[in-house]
Amino acid sequence: MKTDTAPHLKGPDPQHQLAVHVQGVDKSFGDGNARLKVLKDITLDVRAGEITMLVGPSGCGKTTLISIMAGTLAVDAGQVTVFGQNLTTMRKSAITRFRAQNIGFIFQQFHLIPTLTCVENASVPLLIQGASASKAEKKAREMLELVGLGDRAKHRPTQLSGGQQQRVAIARALVHDPRLVICDEPTAALDAKNGTIVMDLFEKIARIPGRAVVVVTHDNRIFSHADRIAQMDDGRIVEVHDVDRDAPPVISH
Amino acid sequence: MIRLALKMLFGDTGKYLMLVAGLFFATFLMAQQAAVFCGLIRWTTATLKNVPAPIWVVEGRVEQVNETNPMLDTDVTRVRSVDSVAWAQPVYVGMQRVRLPNGNFKVIQLVGIDSTTFAGAPVKLREGNIEAIRQPHSVIIDDLGIKRLAIERGKPVKVGDVFEINDQEARVVGIAEAMTSFTGGPYVWTTYNRALQYAPSQRKMLSAVIAAPKPGITPEEAAADIQRTTGLKAFVNRDFSFDAGADKAEFNTSTIWWYVRNTGIPISFGITVIVGFIVGTAISSQTFYTFVMEHMKHLGALKAMGASNFKLCQMLICQALTVGLIGYGLGIGATAMFGKGALANEEPPFYMPEIVPFAVLGVILCICMLSALIGIWRVSRLEPAMVFRG
Repeated sequence: MKTDTAPHLKGPDPQHQLAVHVQGVDKSFGDGNARLKVLKDITLDVRAGEITMLVGPSGCGKTTLISIMAGTLAVDAGQVTVFGQNLTTMRKSAITRFRAQNIGFIFQQFHLIPTLTCVENASVPLLIQGASASKAEKKAREMLELVGLGDRAKHRPTQLSGGQQQRVAIARALVHDPRLVICDEPTAALDAKNGTIVMDLFEKIARIPGRAVVVVTHDNRIFSHADRIAQMDDGRIVEVHDVDRDAPPVISH
Repeated sequence: MIRLALKMLFGDTGKYLMLVAGLFFATFLMAQQAAVFCGLIRWTTATLKNVPAPIWVVEGRVEQVNETNPMLDTDVTRVRSVDSVAWAQPVYVGMQRVRLPNGNFKVIQLVGIDSTTFAGAPVKLREGNIEAIRQPHSVIIDDLGIKRLAIERGKPVKVGDVFEINDQEARVVGIAEAMTSFTGGPYVWTTYNRALQYAPSQRKMLSAVIAAPKPGITPEEAAADIQRTTGLKAFVNRDFSFDAGADKAEFNTSTIWWYVRNTGIPISFGITVIVGFIVGTAISSQTFYTFVMEHMKHLGALKAMGASNFKLCQMLICQALTVGLIGYGLGIGATAMFGKGALANEEPPFYMPEIVPFAVLGVILCICMLSALIGIWRVSRLEPAMVFRG
């Protein structure tokens, strides 16, 4: 039975140390002969207070899996629970509200709106929640300060470098204090220095009690920032291991 | 989110201008053509405005004021004999040719009115006075006539100037304000008897009898009484109304419906208005669709971040209505400027009843909603997960 309530999960919730629980998830695309199963019986836990990285070759299902974790894609079979809320039993409208309140997104291509300034872009999630423009922009300005772009608040994305645009996207992802931050190739367009700055930011977020960060990446330079790495291949999780943060990276492509 | 929607719209200058231009063009085409149509149709009733009387009595088969059948002079007496009639006077209305001093010929609308009561005289004289038409060979012309009957451009006809109507002298003794006639010929008033001298002789010369009801009796009651008693057709003279219908005894309405039914005027203007609608719809729908498609990844990102379909629909409707209202405002403004010029030059005909801007606004809003619906349809089918796929 689908539920229509939008759970409010703000604030630390020590009862749910498990941020995301994916259980036996299958997902296929297409019909008939063209039907392709991209996720096969996926089971994965994402713990609060950690950075979990999903790695694996292109087409292995990483993006589909984070789409499902974010509630932007429905599963064919299995269950997805985010901070204790079973997304597979919630109505679409409730999932949309849940996403608005609890999930922050960082897209590979940033998806900043070019006609808005940085501060306006960063304030979008709060506007979606119904906050006033002045309140949203005040908070967005604070987030831009946090990512080191306080002096670029009135610039448009096209006036910024790729790294700066990514940091605006991070400010946007964090402006509404989401409990789960989902990042798709966050460092793909960044050089090593900017990549490190961005990952340091994610680490700070992940350490806030009751928060979790899930990162899809091909970039082995950032593996050392992970707390756990889930290796995917051909629609399956083939290995999940905790990272010894003092040791050199154990997985490479 | 509305502010966000407007920023997205205004930020895309090319699309924004294209949308506004399309809706401006549609508004201008529809409003201007509708106003010219209304103006032209209104001109068909100019005689009723320029020869004012509460009741017009005409021959029984007459349907419109510009095509009257001649009546016997004794019909005036018959109308006067009706109990509910306060007064009744003869009127001659007909097109005649004027010969100007330089030898040019012009067509005029000659009006002959009773020289005792001046019933049917122009409402407002700019120069001269009505009694002057009692003098031999005297006429009053309208303000279109001072230009049309001029010998050369820039030298308008003045009081005291002379021309010929059917080889008989006509001296201008006054200038009146009047509505332009459908045929474009200026109105020339004189006495009824002199009008019969100017016009080529026929067995029956009376065009119509104008009358007024006795106090306490409505024009409709008096008109019905006249019809019943004399067998002539009696129309009341009020402004056009859709309520009056084509078969009611109201001469403006009857005249206008006659032109609507018997000429191609409504079809030709109607086609232009429809073209305006189609062009406006095509341009704005296509441009808005392209605008939505180009912003699809941003709309997808908003959807992924938790913007509901309802919120995104609000944004699209707001964008469509904004360009619609701006385009409409500019279009109506341009139409008003065109109208101002037309009224100053007295051509082309221009009359914009209140219903025209409201109807055009309704059509423009429909176009905007149609454009927005196409975008809404796309956005509602948009899968938020697409933003992860790039």
